[in-house]
Amino acid sequence: MLLHRSLKTTTAAAAAALILATGTVLADPVTDDELVVNGELELATEAEPAAHLDGALGDRIYSGWRFRDTETRAMQKDDFDNPMFLFVDAGLEAWDTAEGTEGKSCADCHGAIEDSMKGLRASLPKVTDKGELWSLENFVNDCRETRMGAEAWGWNSQQMKNMTAAIGLQSRGMPVDVAVDGPAAPFWEKGKEMYYTRFGQLEMSCANCHEDNYGNYIRSDHLSQGQINGFPLYRLKDQGPVSIHQRFVGCVRDTRGETFQAGSQEFRELELYVASRGAGLPVETPAVRH
Amino acid sequence: MFRMAAIGILAIGTATGALAEVAPDDILWQEDGSIAQSLTGTPGSAEEGERVMTTNALGNCVACHTIATMPDVPFQGTIAPELAGAAGRWTEAQLRGILVDAKRTFPDSFMPGMYKVGPFIRPGVAYTGAAPASPDDIEPVLTAAQVEDVLAYLMTLTE
Repeated sequence: MLLHRSLKTTTAAAAAALILATGTVLADPVTDDELVVNGELELATEAEPAAHLDGALGDRIYSGWRFRDTETRAMQKDDFDNPMFLFVDAGLEAWDTAEGTEGKSCADCHGAIEDSMKGLRASLPKVTDKGELWSLENFVNDCRETRMGAEAWGWNSQQMKNMTAAIGLQSRGMPVDVAVDGPAAPFWEKGKEMYYTRFGQLEMSCANCHEDNYGNYIRSDHLSQGQINGFPLYRLKDQGPVSIHQRFVGCVRDTRGETFQAGSQEFRELELYVASRGAGLPVETPAVRH
Repeated sequence: MFRMAAIGILAIGTATGALAEVAPDDILWQEDGSIAQSLTGTPGSAEEGERVMTTNALGNCVACHTIATMPDVPFQGTIAPELAGAAGRWTEAQLRGILVDAKRTFPDSFMPGMYKVGPFIRPGVAYTGAAPASPDDIEPVLTAAQVEDVLAYLMTLTE
């Protein structure tokens, strides 16, 4: 861990020297803007790092919102400007729609989404009674298959993203608080190992970009800490909603690597570890990025 | 008849080229991670090297490096060291080694090997995300000639 910190410091020093030499604008997270949604909901975009980070991200963790440009940041400040709310609305409609052989809707068992789903997003992924690590998508599909008698949705299907956006919204503003100890510990350790593994022909780990180099640029991409507290989110580059695992697939592919599948054991473990790196940041679902 | 002769000459030319080119696994590495021997036996083209360095689908060096000698290239990266003056700081053999596999010089380097075919953890076929059918399907990011072209450009960066 010390190595990572010193690398980060070296990079920062090099960047500072470069700025002095060329007059390039400093590439740190923006400091002159605040995320207030609909003029009333204040969402903190930085927080104290959790103890389990062991100093890996220095003394502050930052939302990816702080690394995006002015226009993108503005889109997330108003739910009418945030394209994700089309999908949230579709998810809310699906919540009340009966389906499957049992003719049940989500609401038939869970009642009002605002009450029953409050806080769920902030605590996931988590270990079930059976000792399995589940993401939000697993819980949705389990309900569909075992309670509704309906077909499971694809992990990255439009219906699934609609539903995870609608459910995630109910935790907006609540701090990410995933369990990393007890039965979650072995999964978390595997996720951590994966985070630092250099995959693919380009031999890049998550940490190479999102720990050692956040704040720096790869071409015009402003590297963030890779926090996932805003998913599913609207990605302007994809002109659509993107799930956590979908982004993981994209990152591993970009290392010229063989990706893992969305929903795989590996990506659920990675999701737990990455979520834990953002512990304390409020859930922003549904966020906007580019 | 004339056509036959032309094909014959072409075949000899190709064979000579293939013989002179050093495959990634046949490189003679120095202790310090440098490579003294040219990968092609022919000097590279600095002009072509500049193209390789600024083309996304090729070397894409500007993704991470700032290169002050290319002021017209927008959005240069800030991940990696400035390349201006590289030839004053490193020898040709050292720069060749860094291009081919920087980790032989700097074990913790972020820089991908540009003429390296393994070993890798879960390599995919280019940017498809798919596993190769056989390890031989992993092509180096750049060809031997492209590495020598980039090297030729870097050797012009004397200050």
